[in-house]
Amino acid sequence: MSLLTTNYLTPTGREEAWRFTPLNRLAGLHDGTSITGDRKSLGVRKALPPGVNISRVSAELVPSDSVSDDAITQRVQSEAADVFLVEVAPNHSLQEPIYLDRQRSGMDSAELSRVRINVGLHSQATVIVENVGNAILAEDVEIVLSPGATLTFITLQEWGPDSVHAARHHATVGADATFKSITVTVGGSLVRLLPRVDFSGPGSSAELVGVYFATAGQHFEHRMHVDHGVPRAKSRVNYKGALAGDKAHTVWIGDVYIRAAAEGTDTYELNRNLLLSDGARADSVPNLEIETGEIVGAGHASTTGRFDDEQLFYLMSRGIPMDQARRLVVRGFFSEIISQIHDEVIEERLMGRIDSELDKAGQQ
Amino acid sequence: MSTLEIRGLEVSVTTEKGPIEILKGVDLTIRSGETHAIMGPNGSGKSTLAYAIAGHPKYTITRGSLTLDGENLLEMKVDERAKAGLFLAMQYPVEVPGVSVSNFLRTAATALRGEAPKLRTWVGEVKSAMKALNMDASFSERNVNEGFSGGEKKRHEIMQLELLKPKIAILDETDSGLDVDALKIVSEGVNRAKEANDLGILLITHYTRILRYIKPDFVHVFANGHIVEEGGPELAEKLEEHGYVEYVNS
Ligand SMILES: Nc1ncnc2c1ncn2[C@@H]1O[C@H](COP(=O)(O)OP(=O)(O)OP(=O)(O)O)[C@@H](O)[C@H]1O
Ligand SMILES: [Mg+2]
Repeated sequence: MSLLTTNYLTPTGREEAWRFTPLNRLAGLHDGTSITGDRKSLGVRKALPPGVNISRVSAELVPSDSVSDDAITQRVQSEAADVFLVEVAPNHSLQEPIYLDRQRSGMDSAELSRVRINVGLHSQATVIVENVGNAILAEDVEIVLSPGATLTFITLQEWGPDSVHAARHHATVGADATFKSITVTVGGSLVRLLPRVDFSGPGSSAELVGVYFATAGQHFEHRMHVDHGVPRAKSRVNYKGALAGDKAHTVWIGDVYIRAAAEGTDTYELNRNLLLSDGARADSVPNLEIETGEIVGAGHASTTGRFDDEQLFYLMSRGIPMDQARRLVVRGFFSEIISQIHDEVIEERLMGRIDSELDKAGQQ
Repeated sequence: MSTLEIRGLEVSVTTEKGPIEILKGVDLTIRSGETHAIMGPNGSGKSTLAYAIAGHPKYTITRGSLTLDGENLLEMKVDERAKAGLFLAMQYPVEVPGVSVSNFLRTAATALRGEAPKLRTWVGEVKSAMKALNMDASFSERNVNEGFSGGEKKRHEIMQLELLKPKIAILDETDSGLDVDALKIVSEGVNRAKEANDLGILLITHYTRILRYIKPDFVHVFANGHIVEEGGPELAEKLEEHGYVEYVNS
C-alpha cells in the first residue's frame, strides 16, 4: 500500500464519470478535504446463520480484489485501516439472510469503509445491508463469488436527509456462479453508487435490479458497469426510479462491455423513470459496447414518463381518489423490484417510506 | 330512483394538433331500471360519450349539461362521479402493473362505501362475485387487467359492476371479444346487477346478439357525434339487416 493521497486524480466535474455529480455536495469525499474519523459503523443486526464468519481484519491481510479508476474508491482502498470481512464457508446453503446495518452513524466526520464478502464454492447466501441515520460514508464493497456460488446482495439506502454516501459494489462472479444485487435508494442528500460486475468464469450470471425515489433537492446516482470478458455469461439490469419535487435529480448510467472473448453473452438492461412533478430531472444513459458478434443477445431500453393518465382514470372511475390512485400506481411501479427482497417486514417498511416520500412531494 | 340526464352535450378531444369536436349535441335520459342500447358505426363517438360522462381528462365538454339526480356531474372529479353512482365498463380496460385485483377492489369498495368493508364478509363477497362471472379465484392475486385475455378483462369489468353496486352503468362494447358462453355469463351478471339495484343501463354495442340476453327498452342510433334515430328493440333488428348507410350522412 504505497499510494499517496496526492496521487488520486481529484475529479473536476468535467470527467464523463463525474459530469452529473454536484461535487460541492460530496462533503469532501472526492478531494480528500473531508475529515476522516475512525468510526466503524457496520455491524451485525441479527444472529448469524451457521456457515458464516464475520470479522474485522487488518487491511493488509485482505488486499483489494479489484482496481478502480474512481477517486473515492481509490481513497477507501488505500486509507481504510481494516476490512469488514464476511465469509460464507463452501457448500453451505444459508437458510436465513445475513443482516448487516450501519449503527452509530454521524455527520461529524467521514467514514471510509472497506467491506469484503467471500462466498465459498457452491454456497448460497443472502446479505442485506441497511443504511440508516445520517452519515458521510465512502464505501468499497468487494464481493467474490467462488465457482457455483449464489449470492443475493441487498443494500437499502434508507438514509436520513443529510447523508452523503458514495459506494462501489464490485462483484467478481466465478464460473457458473449467480450474483444478484438489489439496490434501494430512498433517503440521503447525495447518494452515488457504482454497482460493478466482472465475470471471472464462463456460465456465470448477474442480475442487478434497483429502485430509487428522489424528492426535492436529492441527488441519487447509480452507475452500473458490467464487464463481459468470459464466454457464455448472462447479465440483466432493471432499475426503476421515481422523482418528485424541485431539483430532485437522478442519474442512471448502464455501461455494458462485451469483450472479444465473451462469445455467447446474453445481456439486457432497462431503466424506467417516473417523473411525478415539474422541476425534477432524470438522466438515463444506457451504453453498450460490443467487440464480438457471436452473442446470444444484447439490448437496452430507457424510458422516462409521467403518470399514465389512463391508469389513474381507471382507478378513479372506481371511486378511488386521485392521491390514493397515485399511491397505488407508484407502489405498483416499485413492487416489481421490492417484492424480490422476500422479507415482508422490509418490503412493507420500504413501501411505507415510498408512500411518505410521495406525500411529502404532494405537499410541495 | 335515479336519473342521468344528458342535454345538448358537445365534447371535443384534446390532441397534439389542438381540439377536435366529436360530440355535436347529445340528448339522452336514463332512469333506474331502464336499459338503453346505443348502436352506431365505428368512430361515431360512442366511447367519447361514455368517457365524457365518466369524466376522462382528455375530453372537454364545450357545451351542454350532465346531471345525475339533479347534481351537476361536470363539477365533479372522476372519483366523485363514481361515488355519485356512475360506473363505466370500458371498451379497453386498462392494465395497472403491480396493483393486485384484491387490493384494487378493496380500495375501491372502501372509497365508495366510505369505510373499509369488514374483512370476513368482504372476502366472501369477492369470491362469490368472481365465481358468478366464472373467474378463477387466482385472479384476485394477479395485477389489474395485466395479461388478462380480452374476454377476461370484460368479465372483470362486470364483476366490479356487481361488487360496487352503482346506480347507472355505461357498458362500452362489453360484448366485444366474448365467446358464446362468456357472453351469456356476462349478460347474466349485468341482469343480476339490474335486478339487485334497479340499475339503469347505457349499453353500447355493435351486435344484436347481446340484446337477446339484455333486453333494451330503447335503442338509439348514433352517427357523426349525435343520436340520429330512436326506437324500441325492433330498431336493432333493422340495423343489423340494413346497416348504417341511411344515417352516416345525417
Ligand atoms: N385522442 C384522440 N385523438 C384524435 N382523435 C380522437 C381521439 N379520441 C377520439 N378520437 C376520434 O373521435 C372519434 C370518435 O371516437 P370514439 O372512440 O368515440 O368512437 P366509437 O363510436 O366508440 O367507435 P368504435 O365503435 O370503433 O368503438 C373517432 O374518429 C376518433 O378517431
Ligand atoms: Mg368505442
